[in-house]
Amino acid sequence: MARRSRWLLLLGALPCLAPAAPGRPAAPSPTLTVYAAASLTKAFADLADSLKTREPGLVVTFNFAGSQQLALQIEQGAPADVFASADQRWMKALSDSGLVAGTPAIFAHNRLVVIVPAAAALARLQDLARPGVKLVLAADAVPVGRYARQALANLSRLAGFAPDFARRALANVVSDEENVKAVVAKVQLGEADAGIAYVSDVTPEIAPHVKRIDIPDAANVIADYPVAVLRRAANPAAAGAFVRLLLSPVGQSVLRANGLVAAAGG
Amino acid sequence: MRGPRRLGGLLWEIGVLAAVGALLAFLGLPLVSLLVRVPPRELWARLAAPASLTALRLSLETSVLATLLVVALGLPAAYLLATRRFPGRRLLEVVVELPMVLPPTVAGVGLLLAFGRAGLAGRALGVLGLSIPFTTLAVVLAQLFVACPFFISSATAGLREVDGRFADAAATLRASPGYAFRHVLLPLAFPSVAAGAAMSWARALGEFGATIMFAGNLPGRTQTLPLAVYIGLQTDLQSAVALSVVLLILSFTILLGLRYAHRFPHAPWVARAPGDTR
Repeated sequence: MARRSRWLLLLGALPCLAPAAPGRPAAPSPTLTVYAAASLTKAFADLADSLKTREPGLVVTFNFAGSQQLALQIEQGAPADVFASADQRWMKALSDSGLVAGTPAIFAHNRLVVIVPAAAALARLQDLARPGVKLVLAADAVPVGRYARQALANLSRLAGFAPDFARRALANVVSDEENVKAVVAKVQLGEADAGIAYVSDVTPEIAPHVKRIDIPDAANVIADYPVAVLRRAANPAAAGAFVRLLLSPVGQSVLRANGLVAAAGG
Repeated sequence: MRGPRRLGGLLWEIGVLAAVGALLAFLGLPLVSLLVRVPPRELWARLAAPASLTALRLSLETSVLATLLVVALGLPAAYLLATRRFPGRRLLEVVVELPMVLPPTVAGVGLLLAFGRAGLAGRALGVLGLSIPFTTLAVVLAQLFVACPFFISSATAGLREVDGRFADAAATLRASPGYAFRHVLLPLAFPSVAAGAAMSWARALGEFGATIMFAGNLPGRTQTLPLAVYIGLQTDLQSAVALSVVLLILSFTILLGLRYAHRFPHAPWVARAPGDTR
């Protein structure tokens, strides 16, 4: 008898293991889940601190990865409240699937920069096309990877660059990384001779380990960062508050402090 | 007395079957889902695409090479662990088993810090003009690192099970240790050695984390099937699923082959294993 009642206890505990039923209207959850491009890691962590002082008790969790990967996860039903993408392409993909509530807002821009290990001999953009240079880019599906390829093509058209500059630089690519932070890590470790990342990726922690080679405005590609509350958000109120904070002067100054370019009118 | 006991037995059987059925459904459902996602004709077209074939060929080449290296380097270690007692034996066992439980990304960072340009061994190689990261060799080394333990533990267990009297008999017949190993010990342990090699191959074929860390991701040079699946997921889901199906079928075939390998316990270089009385 004693043994049987133990079994009953176990059975009673089983529902705890069952996944929460989707779509059930529950009490407003005190957590906010933000899916954001890897390039926003530092800026958004700072913003979360500022949000938590305004809304005590709110737990903010982040998923930082390549925008393309986040978009895929959200399409497959990942429980996100806010999506902040590093380009319009993946935001549009989610919009087209009906997963975005309202209209996405551009909250920031970002510029590209070439980074090389601090001890490297590379000093000029032209060196990227030199034979034997190990160049690391993000994959073409990653926003920064696409921007980087555009920037290389733009450089080929500038005076001082050979017309086949982009082709030769791309022949030097030794790896298509999955997100911008992986590009930075390979340069920081000294395994790659050069990489192309966002200006905002050269954070104070990274800066001592890498050297920046600026890409002139005429060739640089400006990344647009759209943000939106998601239609299936479990906590739309907190999600809305986060987006408003992002677009407010306070949010914009946090973004600027982290190397991003504030959105016009923000 | 008999009634309740028989009822208990019946409940036991039902319980076991229910648990196994649940497990089978849990393990099998993702596999079946992969198989039914892409219709066969489309599957074939996507696999015949140059990008898929490139990844497939690179995967096969690197994993076979890695397995050969695993056997060449792992067999002496297995021999030592199985036949000798020496100080530090347990430590050696732990070191060669560690990659089995280590997260592959940790293995990748370790390989990068060791064989990367700024790494301990990497700097020495750099003097010779060799650079390993981002090369096909890096893919093979990553696979070697993670696949080694599977071979060594299986081969060690197999060699340890061989009755010591066979080795003693060989020694009294003045067989050198090398001769005794090749003609007595290894043939008797052959099924376990072959099983270990097959497991290593399957593990090398599936290797992902250490590879993307250490070798990067470049089609034709370092992009193996698992990497192509991961990158493809973000752009071309159907092709990624098609490649997943290939990996699934390859791994399934290797493991199935393993089960039947035990029916042929002879080492290929001896007509009949000693002690085999069939």
